[in-house]
Amino acid sequence: MELLRFFTAGNVDDGKSTLIGRLLFDSKSISTDIIETLTKQSKTTGVDADIDLALLTDGLRAEREQGITIDVAYKYFSTDKRKFIIADTPGHTQYTRNMFTGASNADLAIILVDARNGITDQTKRHSIISSILGIPHVLVCVNKMDLVDYKESVFKQIESDYLEFSKPLNLSKISFIPASALAGDNVVTPSENMAWFKGKSLLEFLEDVEIFEDTEIKDARFQVQYVIRPQTQELHDYRGYAGSVLSGSFKKGDQVKIFPSEAVTTIEKIEKNTIEVDEAFANEPIIIHLTDDIDVSRGSTIVPVNDLPVAEKELEATICWMDNSSYQSGQKLLIQQNSFRTKAAIKEIDGKIDIHSFENKESDGSINLNDFCKIRIKTAETISYDSYRKNRKTGSFILINENTNSTVAAGVIG
Amino acid sequence: MKKLDYLDELEAEAIYILREVAGQFDKPALLFSGGKDSICLVHLALKAFRPGKFPFPLVHVDTGHNSPEVIEFRDNLVERLGEKLIARQVEDTIKVRKLQDGKGKFPSRNALQTYTLLDVIEEFEFDACIGGARRDEEKARAKERIFSVRDEFGQWDPKKQRPELWNIYNGKVDKGENVRVFPISNWTELDVWNYIKRENIELPSIYFTHERECVLTDAGQLMANNEFLSLDETDVIVTRKVRYRTVGDMTCTAAIESEAYTVDEIIAELKDSKISERGATRMDDRISEAAMEDRKKGGYF
Repeated sequence: MELLRFFTAGNVDDGKSTLIGRLLFDSKSISTDIIETLTKQSKTTGVDADIDLALLTDGLRAEREQGITIDVAYKYFSTDKRKFIIADTPGHTQYTRNMFTGASNADLAIILVDARNGITDQTKRHSIISSILGIPHVLVCVNKMDLVDYKESVFKQIESDYLEFSKPLNLSKISFIPASALAGDNVVTPSENMAWFKGKSLLEFLEDVEIFEDTEIKDARFQVQYVIRPQTQELHDYRGYAGSVLSGSFKKGDQVKIFPSEAVTTIEKIEKNTIEVDEAFANEPIIIHLTDDIDVSRGSTIVPVNDLPVAEKELEATICWMDNSSYQSGQKLLIQQNSFRTKAAIKEIDGKIDIHSFENKESDGSINLNDFCKIRIKTAETISYDSYRKNRKTGSFILINENTNSTVAAGVIG
Repeated sequence: MKKLDYLDELEAEAIYILREVAGQFDKPALLFSGGKDSICLVHLALKAFRPGKFPFPLVHVDTGHNSPEVIEFRDNLVERLGEKLIARQVEDTIKVRKLQDGKGKFPSRNALQTYTLLDVIEEFEFDACIGGARRDEEKARAKERIFSVRDEFGQWDPKKQRPELWNIYNGKVDKGENVRVFPISNWTELDVWNYIKRENIELPSIYFTHERECVLTDAGQLMANNEFLSLDETDVIVTRKVRYRTVGDMTCTAAIESEAYTVDEIIAELKDSKISERGATRMDDRISEAAMEDRKKGGYF
């Protein structure tokens, strides 16, 4: 069975939490004791329906009190066809960083549009973030169709408006579904109220949508997380490099280059769960042994000699600033790419992306919470990378404030 | 290339996280309760680090209210693996810190565990504690990061969580702070059982059906009758075929009626079950809607 990770973006006002609640509820993924608790609580929130489905996802006291989603909540459900992980992310501008967090691992974005309002600034912002993160598939769910009398014309208008607006974005696949989360139209079962819609219901869509695979990336990339040296009598000379294949595949006997040292050597042996294997594939946790005794440590990247990444002390990226404190010119930072970490500094701010129009505006030198900026970074050690478009694993990084240890930004190289 | 099966994907994610802990911290520990989730963590650690030793000890915070089968299982496991176990008794913390023990008919030490946990973290200066908590268990857990930073009082501040993107984990902390790490955050109860089945993982016998003398509570739950309870003549004692869905303090963890004798039967039972794991078995979470959020803010797992 396959795993599909998707995120939902929108406000409680758009019925996002209600939609997730409906998916879980109608797919029978909610236990009776939880429904009981919700029924009790729903009476105090003043929502008309018997159960306020939004209460299922808003897990923190502050969220329940304010009726908004603040941080990402993860929800799980499965059908006979697939297992799903939902990252339920907040819609408000002030929580953009939390949305970015929840969206980073997703295979699919569900962007909710209120049928009465059409495309709003928020729709644009969420779409632009999906584009920056290279989410392989965007599903625009036009919700609250019951409030516009299930009219096909309303849906068609929103569909064409969206396609027009999203032209400059890098969204590879876009689909549309008209729905009513509150009434249950097109969520799990096809809607009788919208017989004009020939597409799948949301759940059917999620079960069948093709998942873009990391395994489709050909470039073989591996990074060392931890060096295993048992130093026991019988394993005296054992030295294995533990990590996961980030992309592509590695074979015993492959000639490889190590970064940052740039040493060349050969893969002597690959172990998976203590058993020797001839080849290892994307996402598999393995231990690699090299023929030569060279400088390899945590964060070292191993690649085939005939398929090299960029290796520089400089890179260009789009970052989302995530810290409450603004960027201070000359601030000491660390860059972390998977397990590789080195000191870094922002050398230049090339522009600020307007997340409502996708325009690159001139920078005034400031970087504040939830800002998207194009920047140039220089690093203390050589960092080996690919562009994010080519490889999400080796093209992404975070920036850490060396002083406070906080994660202050996330970036995509490109 | 075929996409990994979902269990392989969850396993790979957990091993990746365990290796990040080994790579990023000086003094990590694995919190081991003897329950199915922490037993799975040990199994995953074997896959992550063998033929090497675990780069962390197993730490058991023992409420003293454990069933003997679980303690025996723990000791056998540790011996078989040749790994290090550090066990600390809540009983000792109560004495040293002059704490009030649990009261009432079911005197739970669930809240008192936090003191012992914080003490053992301080004693060994652990900078990371790996735990088997899952996001599907409870709403506050659904909001917690995989690397969850705690301050020097062990407190979780949901408003100050670090953004956590892709598979990049920032475990950088100052001295005195620590990170709670949850490698199986994305597993559900059913995933855990499917994994136990696939990997043929051994579990304590109390997970499987057995006859047991129980007290029937007012809420209709079955609590094992044992020396820690303060019962009176109005209490109804019954003998039933039960098993545990979760292992914990026996004074606040209920058994469920079950005929499930094998892992397959348990999986079938869970697929039919209409009640969540914590709802079926925990008395403490019924107290208030934000019970878990509050305990976490106080340093609990």
